[in-house]
Amino acid sequence: MTAAISARGLARHFGPVVAVAGIDLDIPRASIYGFLGPNGSGKSTTLRMLCGLLRPTRGSATVLGHDVSRQAEAVRRKLGYMTQRFSLWDDLSVTENLDFMARIQGLDRAGRRAHVADRIDRYQLGAFAGRRAGTLSGGERQRLALAAATLHDPELLLLDEPTSAVDPQSRRDFWESLFALVGRGTTILVSTHYMDEAERCHRLAILDCGRIAAEGTPKDLARDIPATVIEVESDDLARARALLAEIGEVQSIAQLGTRLHALLPREAVEPERRLREAMVAAGLAASVERVGATLEDVFVAATRLRRDVQAAA
Amino acid sequence: MTWLARMLAIAGKEARQLRRDRITFGLIVGVPVMQILLFGYAINFDVRGLSAVVLDQSRTTLARQLVADLRATQVLGTVQQVDSESDLRRAMQEGRASLGIVIAPDLERRLFDGRRPVLQILVDGSKPSLENVAEGLASMPLLRRAGAGTAARPVEIRIEYNPARRTAVQIVPALIGMILTMTMVVFTSGAVVRERERGNLELLITTPMTRGQLMFGKLLPYVAIGLVQTTLILLLAWGWFGVPVSGSLVQLYLGALLFIAASLALGLFISTLARTQFQAMQMAFVSLLPSILLSGFMFPFDGMPRVAQAIAQVLPLTHFNEIVRGIVLRGAELADLRPQLAKLALFLLVMMSAALLRFHKRLD
Repeated sequence: MTAAISARGLARHFGPVVAVAGIDLDIPRASIYGFLGPNGSGKSTTLRMLCGLLRPTRGSATVLGHDVSRQAEAVRRKLGYMTQRFSLWDDLSVTENLDFMARIQGLDRAGRRAHVADRIDRYQLGAFAGRRAGTLSGGERQRLALAAATLHDPELLLLDEPTSAVDPQSRRDFWESLFALVGRGTTILVSTHYMDEAERCHRLAILDCGRIAAEGTPKDLARDIPATVIEVESDDLARARALLAEIGEVQSIAQLGTRLHALLPREAVEPERRLREAMVAAGLAASVERVGATLEDVFVAATRLRRDVQAAA
Repeated sequence: MTWLARMLAIAGKEARQLRRDRITFGLIVGVPVMQILLFGYAINFDVRGLSAVVLDQSRTTLARQLVADLRATQVLGTVQQVDSESDLRRAMQEGRASLGIVIAPDLERRLFDGRRPVLQILVDGSKPSLENVAEGLASMPLLRRAGAGTAARPVEIRIEYNPARRTAVQIVPALIGMILTMTMVVFTSGAVVRERERGNLELLITTPMTRGQLMFGKLLPYVAIGLVQTTLILLLAWGWFGVPVSGSLVQLYLGALLFIAASLALGLFISTLARTQFQAMQMAFVSLLPSILLSGFMFPFDGMPRVAQAIAQVLPLTHFNEIVRGIVLRGAELADLRPQLAKLALFLLVMMSAALLRFHKRLD
């Protein structure tokens, strides 16, 4: 089967600002594909180009076999889109919102009734079906938005930072719902800036400054990280950090809870020994270990290192 | 069939939201009622309690009786006696009196003579519609009871400060178009831009909905509202101000329907231009000004300079006022008003096309 989405050299400029600088994508069907990146990395712009809301400045994209520029309407019929901001109607009730969207999606009366009832049940909206959407909590709104986006059983679901206004439990439940949809054959493209969410995706593209900085499964990305990760634990993290910063080979230092992760070049020789010696020489009690990369490290390696390289050049 | 169903879905949603927006819903009824009462009274020909100065040069019982009779009509409120014509003019000049009544020294002879006016009423022409008041006073039978039955016009009226007579504008029927313009353009000018601001549009345009379905669906509830307002204004005009409809009511509604659609299309076009609701509101008001000033509602159309007349030709209100005056006051048929109808239809077509062309199912 062909890819659900494929893009070649897809780029979008807003005047002098380059939001997306030419990216290639091949997103397999019936999987969750994640865009991980900071704000302004081009996630939303890419999603909007893929659903025909924005025209690409350069390049092309095929979504479910249709060219997004020339066959936008054909794409729209097979697509469910959840915007970053809640975009259903605050002054309509849950049921009214769903019924309206079902009409807009062209479902007939019987289909409408069945689908609306099913989504209310599936996403546990029954308890407040008669309440206006404007009075719902973040998690409830998000379930309503997902219900609305899936009313017409779309083949592809585009979710733009769907969990930014939602508590952790709702986020977990939300991801369960996404996996259930994938089980039914839906392809899901989701943008996020949460590492734990990115970790759940089947495949992942790390976006930075409008480019794909790294791409692959979360596992492969961690394995193939172009750096050595050294974990430092100490009672005086601030001092440990200062010491690490003085070592020329340390490319970046990030704090993860009570630990520091230092990234060094892959070719560095016995880096943990050198760092340990530096700690001892300074009289700082610290444990220094070489560890496997987390997605956070991958992200830092893919984004910050590249910027440092650019800054140095 | 699905085209219609989707369009009706949008219309239904719009109507439902409108019903829940209490303030807007209140304005639908409140604006026409308030405006027709305000305009209707402010531009009322039936003026009462005017201040007047009387220069009684005859100093007879008959003269005093005449003045007492005039006061009894309640048209005159305070009546002040003056001793000379210069005092009378000063009183009017300073705005202390709107009317000046001059009774000639030879009052009784004039009464029986019947060729020369018995009274002279001076009117402050700088204030609108006082002329009509004077006309009313002049035609009162009380002046004839003194035996002046032979006089064709016992009272002479002179318009001061405004020798050119104002065209007798029939205000109330013209208010239908005025009020509809204000409410229709303002209501729809926010229709699209509101959803853009709230983010609803980004969702809507990723669905198979077409722009035509969106535009017509948004118009439909307001067409119904416009017809309700028309009814309200007609009822008030008839019940409160006693303006009868001489022509066919059905034809009047058909004309109104076309005008409502034209005004809504203008509002919709504004809504596609504006980026925020505030901008839309300002644009709506800018579009209202020429309608109020140039459509012949406030100033007679014939007296306007050529440029103003040309602009007025573009305004739907100009043509609708013609239609309303024709049907309501002159009892005309729609068939007689074909040019006006054609111009309204053309305006509707152009505005609706412009709105459709301006609107894209994209964000850029």
